[in-house]
Amino acid sequence: MSGPRRVALLTPKSAGRVAQNASDVELRSSMSLMWARLRRDPASIVSMLVIVLAVLFAICAPLVAAWTGHGPTEQFRDTGLTPEGMPVGPGGQFIFGTDQLGRDVLVRLAYGAQVSLLVGVAASIVASLIGVLIGTVSGFLGGIVDTILSRFTDLVMSVPFLLCAIALVSVAGPSLGLSIAVIVFFSWTGLARVVRGQVLALRHREFVEAARSLGASQWSIMFRDILPNLVVPIIVYTTLMIPSAIVFEATLSFLGLGIVPPTPSWGNMLADAANGSLYMYAWWLVVVPGAALLALTLSFNLLGDGLRDALDPSSSKGGKSA
Amino acid sequence: MTILDVRNLVVDIPSGDGTIHAVRDVSFQVREGEFFGVVGESGSGKSVMVQSIMGLVPRARISGSVKFRDRELLGISPAELRGVRGRHISMIFQDPLSSLHPQYTVGWQIVEQIRAHEPVSHAAAKARAIELLKKVQIPDAASRFDAYPHQFSGGMRQRVMIAMALSLGPGLIIADEPTTALDSTVQAQILDLLGEMRKEFGATVLMISHDLGVLSRVADRVMVMYGGQMMEVGASQEVLGAPAHPYTAGLLRSSSFNREPGTPLISIGGRPPSLLSPPAGCVFRERCPDAMDICGTAPPMRLYSNGIEAACWLEHEPSEPAAPTVPSDVRTVESGPESHIVQTENLKLAFSQRRGPERVVLDGITLDVRRGETLGLVGESGCGKTTLARAIAGLIEPTSGTVHFDGSPVSGLSRAGWREMRRRVQVVFQDPFGSLNPKRRVGSIIGDPFRIHGIASGAERRARVGELMELVGLSPEHYNRFPSQFSGGQRQRIGIARALALNPELVILDEPVSALDVSIQAQVLNLLDELQRTLGLTYLFISHDLAVVRHVCDRIAVMENGRIIELGDSDDIYQNPSQPFTKRLLAAASPGTAGGRPLRQHGSVFPVGPLVARPEEPVRDSGMKVTR
Amino acid sequence: MTRFILQRIGFGLLVLFLLSVFVFVLFYVSPSDPARIIAGDKATEALMAQIRANLGLDQPVLVQYFHFLGSLLRGDLGYSYRSSLPVADLVLQRIPVTMSLVSGAVVLWLAIGIPIGIASAKHPGSVRDRLGQGFAIVGISFPTFVLGMVVLYLLYFLPSKAGVNLFPPSGYVPLLEDPLQWAWHLLLPWTTLALVVAAVYARLTRGQMLEVLGQDYIRTARAKGLSERRITYVHAFRSAMPPLVTQLGIDIGLMLGGVIIIEQVFGLLGVGSLAVSSVAMQDRPVIIAIVLLGGVFVVVANLIVDTAYGMLDSRVRTAKK
Repeated sequence: MSGPRRVALLTPKSAGRVAQNASDVELRSSMSLMWARLRRDPASIVSMLVIVLAVLFAICAPLVAAWTGHGPTEQFRDTGLTPEGMPVGPGGQFIFGTDQLGRDVLVRLAYGAQVSLLVGVAASIVASLIGVLIGTVSGFLGGIVDTILSRFTDLVMSVPFLLCAIALVSVAGPSLGLSIAVIVFFSWTGLARVVRGQVLALRHREFVEAARSLGASQWSIMFRDILPNLVVPIIVYTTLMIPSAIVFEATLSFLGLGIVPPTPSWGNMLADAANGSLYMYAWWLVVVPGAALLALTLSFNLLGDGLRDALDPSSSKGGKSA
Repeated sequence: MTILDVRNLVVDIPSGDGTIHAVRDVSFQVREGEFFGVVGESGSGKSVMVQSIMGLVPRARISGSVKFRDRELLGISPAELRGVRGRHISMIFQDPLSSLHPQYTVGWQIVEQIRAHEPVSHAAAKARAIELLKKVQIPDAASRFDAYPHQFSGGMRQRVMIAMALSLGPGLIIADEPTTALDSTVQAQILDLLGEMRKEFGATVLMISHDLGVLSRVADRVMVMYGGQMMEVGASQEVLGAPAHPYTAGLLRSSSFNREPGTPLISIGGRPPSLLSPPAGCVFRERCPDAMDICGTAPPMRLYSNGIEAACWLEHEPSEPAAPTVPSDVRTVESGPESHIVQTENLKLAFSQRRGPERVVLDGITLDVRRGETLGLVGESGCGKTTLARAIAGLIEPTSGTVHFDGSPVSGLSRAGWREMRRRVQVVFQDPFGSLNPKRRVGSIIGDPFRIHGIASGAERRARVGELMELVGLSPEHYNRFPSQFSGGQRQRIGIARALALNPELVILDEPVSALDVSIQAQVLNLLDELQRTLGLTYLFISHDLAVVRHVCDRIAVMENGRIIELGDSDDIYQNPSQPFTKRLLAAASPGTAGGRPLRQHGSVFPVGPLVARPEEPVRDSGMKVTR
Repeated sequence: MTRFILQRIGFGLLVLFLLSVFVFVLFYVSPSDPARIIAGDKATEALMAQIRANLGLDQPVLVQYFHFLGSLLRGDLGYSYRSSLPVADLVLQRIPVTMSLVSGAVVLWLAIGIPIGIASAKHPGSVRDRLGQGFAIVGISFPTFVLGMVVLYLLYFLPSKAGVNLFPPSGYVPLLEDPLQWAWHLLLPWTTLALVVAAVYARLTRGQMLEVLGQDYIRTARAKGLSERRITYVHAFRSAMPPLVTQLGIDIGLMLGGVIIIEQVFGLLGVGSLAVSSVAMQDRPVIIAIVLLGGVFVVVANLIVDTAYGMLDSRVRTAKK
């Protein structure tokens, strides 16, 4: 009884007009709105610039090495060390000075940037995928699945993570892969909780009920109705996860549990500086990698905040009233 | 005696999108001891107006004059204003749950109010608070003093708010939609209580409401606001009986509370103006059936023959636009008692609770829905009406009993059967904001049923979605917009279009208009009526609002505590309710039959010249220049 | 409420159990051989077998685990591979240092972070808010060890090079011995730790306060004619508190298990630096003890937090027993 009535009701003329008009509609998507807002925020612009520069710097590390003629692990005992065996300060042949072994800090900084960005971005993306998956499944399915997954999340969260990371690395031995794995393992929980909370809230919204009453399947509801509403918190949270992952990696390397020397990373460069309080006499050994680290994490944090404000203006500006 | 004298009040609120001109040059006087009502739709600026009087709107730029007992309130120091708040002017808000602090006991909160203004001991303040709780008829007041807000019911919480508002014997009580969040029978009780307390404490009440029915019940005088401006003010019988302003007249024509059932509601076309860039001249001009050339200039406030003041150029009564032409009855399906589309038999649903006995939501429901009719399901929140509807739709399994749809059982369906069922029964939800996925485009939302059931795709789906959009009165050009770019009424149309996509036989309307403004409600109700006539749909219409239900339904089922206590033809139930609960519902819903005073019948109203009382207000160009 | 707390205790025990399995698997089942570590590279096979037998390493894994768990429950943490001293003594003597470090820093970071957060939230978008948020975001971005080195350089090295000894370089003086010297020696580590953590609290407080200040009941409080002070502290902050208390409990629990970075940078001999040096020396019994001790602190802190949360929330408190 469905077919005939429709035909009687709607004229083909109107259908034709629809097809015609549908192509040239006004489009003002949330993405373009976001860009418009982001462009008005100078902090976000500067942050993006810094991040882009850092990425270029990391990619161009071999070029930097070629340009200076200094390899990242090459020791210049004659020119890179004072007669007393102390590192040489910035200027001249070594723009950012040398370290205790007479290696070029600038070149090491460039190679270290590769490690920081690789670990930070890779670990954050993997952790965010895990967090989204666990959070969505847990919040959407509820019941026993939710109980188990939430408890597991709680469990990982209540483990003293730095201690466990240390214990793990002490047994397995430090490596880049292990660093990423450890960071991922202790980083996904926050996002999982956020996503679960959001899914729980969305699950009872009427549009989900509406999809269900239309006969949509569980998967369709989860991925077509619920997840698109979580894009904002996921993007923001992942962006904010990157700086913590970078610091986490630097911390592990600082403790001698991350990147194995002589491969440079910002963490072990700082560890070298701290070793025997060398930086008290060679300030650039702290200032150069420290400032680079701070600039990068600060940029990601500022960008994350900027993204949140741009994507969800009500979240931080105290939307309602104050 | 004037207790509150507001003159030329202008409130601008800066926002991310520009300045919101929330209140634009409003002047009115509230007399000592009266019950003054302010009515307006959402976005009319009524709430912002009263809250700005109290200095409660953050970042607002306010100008004009507000005198309370001849004392200017605008521009006084925050400390002085604090002395007035709560002490001389107190407020009651819409949602008593969120308006009371969840972490303190109600007694603590009342005592805090008293001690903030009077140097009395805690014991004395407590004694007074308990006295107040007794006054507002909270049973067992002394022991309830130590209870938290979440331990009270909605109506009881609002009583607590009233007790708190009365605690210092204020001269003026401002009530901002005090009954909107409550069930209709509770609404009536709260309104009665407000009235009693006004007499007992000799206070003046200024009440805001979007509900004309509520105000006609209690208000002595009424002011009508629209688009941040004042349209009309006067004695409530006159304003709501023989309005001088076309907007008030339109509002009354689109409200179901005073219209004969069966007569179509006449909606006001269009939508309210944006407060970001309000039009010059009369704000209502765009939607006004009597608009003239002169309306491009802001009309003056004029006095009318029945004592009303209204801002309008019209020299005669507002004209009544023709009722919408009802399409000829094309119901093809037999609509008789023998043709049942849904039959439920002793339907029962109970949830087991972790502690205590199981909670019975549906208790032995036997109900028929006849093909082609509109069956109203009325009851207060928590009575199980929504659950019943979902059980009928097959979305929840009943504990026992059966639901038959078109002769075959709804439960225990195969997957294919369940999907087929989904095509034949559709639901339109209450909240037009919540029922549409905010991250998906309208075309995709309306096309969802096609996608899910794999019916049409690509250009064909697009074309069919466009047809549906036209059917419900939306422009198909808006195919690619997001729900947030539509108004509430338009969103509800989207929801209706989605429900109609698969040519359902039964449409369950779950409070489809209760989240909408009165003038928009009428538009949607008329659309639903028209669709039913042309498509031969059967409606199950769920509502808490008896006035609306009576207006659109053929039969009404009244629910209380999970049972259907009364079922019959709408007119029968309306005229001879047999159950006391139904009587209470009716009394709460209709101002004419209980408590309220009869509205004045339409008579001729004509202007008797410009107001002499306010010489500064002859013809002014919109009162204020809008800076854009 | 009681039921709720019992549940939490149960969960805490589960966490500790799983943690013990984790360290056991990590250290006893993993491929590397403890006997080799103890005996050194040049040991004979016979000596190694002897050591394995002494340690019970020749028994089935499950038996080993029950031995391991049994001795843990008896409070017997074994002996250090390196110094042959009882592990319990080694760890216990480090606890006062870590506790001193954490307790002082807690006071400081609450005193810095919460007022900044509240001031920011009261006038969002104002200059004060911008400054507060700037402080917070820089603090959050600053890696602790970099900040520690900067603080040491600026406040210790530069003044002492100029002949002014503002602060002692490192070391720890027990509180009971000389409270002034105790505080003096800890001032720089306290400040460093507090600055980093205060940033987190400033952000958290601001977010919570903003949310609460937008609530209807705050408008009610204003309509009642209360002072802004009372509204901020008695009404708004009261509601913003529970998440802060939760965070505080978790942070204290985590830190008591060793403030690894700060102890390392400032040369404080606390639990954290013991962990680092034990890792360097592959001293497994000590690492196990520290990880498990850290777990105990976290579990206990969570328990306290959950109870406090129940007390702070009228809805939980008044729920049926």
